[in-house]
Amino acid sequence: MRGLSLFLGCVIPNRYPGIEMATKLCLAKMDIDCVELKGASCCPAPGLFRSFDRTAWLALAARNIVLSEELGRDILTVCNGCYSTLADANRIMKDDKALREQVNRHLAGIGREFKGSIEIRHIIEYLHRELGPQGIGKHVERPLDIRAAVHYGCHLLKPSRERGLGSFERPEFFDELIESLGATSIDYPDKTECCGAGGGVRSALKEDSLRLAQHKLSRIKEAGVDCIVNACPFCHMQFDLGQEEIRRITGIEYNIPVLHYTQLLGLALGFTPDMLGINLNVIKNNTFVQRIENGQ
Amino acid sequence: MSEPTHDNTNLLNTMKAACRDTLRCMQCGVCSGSCPSGRHMAINIRRLVKKAARTVDVLKDEQLWMCTTCYNCQERCPRNIDIVEAVFSLRSIAVHEGIMLPEHGRVSGLLIRHGHAVPIDDERKKQRTELGLDEIPLTVQSCPEGLEEVRTLLKSCGFDRLTGDRDKSNAKTETA
Repeated sequence: MRGLSLFLGCVIPNRYPGIEMATKLCLAKMDIDCVELKGASCCPAPGLFRSFDRTAWLALAARNIVLSEELGRDILTVCNGCYSTLADANRIMKDDKALREQVNRHLAGIGREFKGSIEIRHIIEYLHRELGPQGIGKHVERPLDIRAAVHYGCHLLKPSRERGLGSFERPEFFDELIESLGATSIDYPDKTECCGAGGGVRSALKEDSLRLAQHKLSRIKEAGVDCIVNACPFCHMQFDLGQEEIRRITGIEYNIPVLHYTQLLGLALGFTPDMLGINLNVIKNNTFVQRIENGQ
Repeated sequence: MSEPTHDNTNLLNTMKAACRDTLRCMQCGVCSGSCPSGRHMAINIRRLVKKAARTVDVLKDEQLWMCTTCYNCQERCPRNIDIVEAVFSLRSIAVHEGIMLPEHGRVSGLLIRHGHAVPIDDERKKQRTELGLDEIPLTVQSCPEGLEEVRTLLKSCGFDRLTGDRDKSNAKTETA
């Protein structure tokens, strides 16, 4: 198995750096061979730039992939959007020779060439396939006695024929990773539904996009959980910052803590909420933090 | 109104070539029944699919930008139509015709200037330092040669022309 290079994207390093720290702390503690992919850019975002111009989208994605090809490492993404762009672009260029040649003509202008020699991984998919719930469980120092609402996010699962992670209708692998930490993954209506942020909808039609987030938040609130756990910083932002935006528009407060899986994993591995940047969320929930710090 | 005129025949041919798949649609409505945006917004994905390869009017339809690309419709389509791919194609054709939502033009400008759709701001620089991370992430943001490569590629693909000069006019709002 090849080593990994960590692809940060935009939202993690520039809006939720706690997720970057949590990822780095967890990878190091679990002794996973991963270096930072220096000089990478926006993936570029699938909902925006794939919609605008396919060639520019492919060319920028190809440059990011090439940076990791030159290291001889697979790319590790921590964001569903980055995973969607890089995995799709990698597959499209591996499969379509004419398109690969077209993109490589652009890349020649910066002295690079896409070879198609690596794979794109998502941290949830990677942890489940390579370590499995039992393997993760062995690293747990602080079992988490909490109820979590898992949010898979669309692009981790779909298009399912390309992702190869099974049916998108009732997936279980992410729930299993959460339960491996001692937590309970709670079923709730519309569990696999979209958070509303993708496809450029949050950026251009924010109030519309928040109606989708509010729908999910109300379902999750009814289910009664301690936190939402996601696999994507853009879903994370939609649920965390989105709760404050919804409060401003509707007056309704949900006050549900939102954690990226790497932050939940970090808590179970023994790191403090502060080290994992959980306090940097918009939604501050002292009850949750105190429960973790006091060992429930 | 939806019949092709002399002027838009080429455009319609481009759309037909990109969305040929959608002609297999039998209008069963599984797509719109599965669409989370359709529950909360005006988008009717079944109608968009129906219009995709038939009329240039669809390019101006705001519904085209209400799709979150969640893929539910594509996953469940009994005719195996790649509906989200059709949405991407239609959006791209619209953008090449100069139709782009203002906020999307602004984000495109950020990509050209910073290599990121969401660039760093002062608040996060401080947070990063306090967490023990590099103040500026080790992406193109701390790598001028890398940023130059990104700009060269975008220019080589004609991306800067697509988004016009919107990147310059909105420079002040870049950290919003």
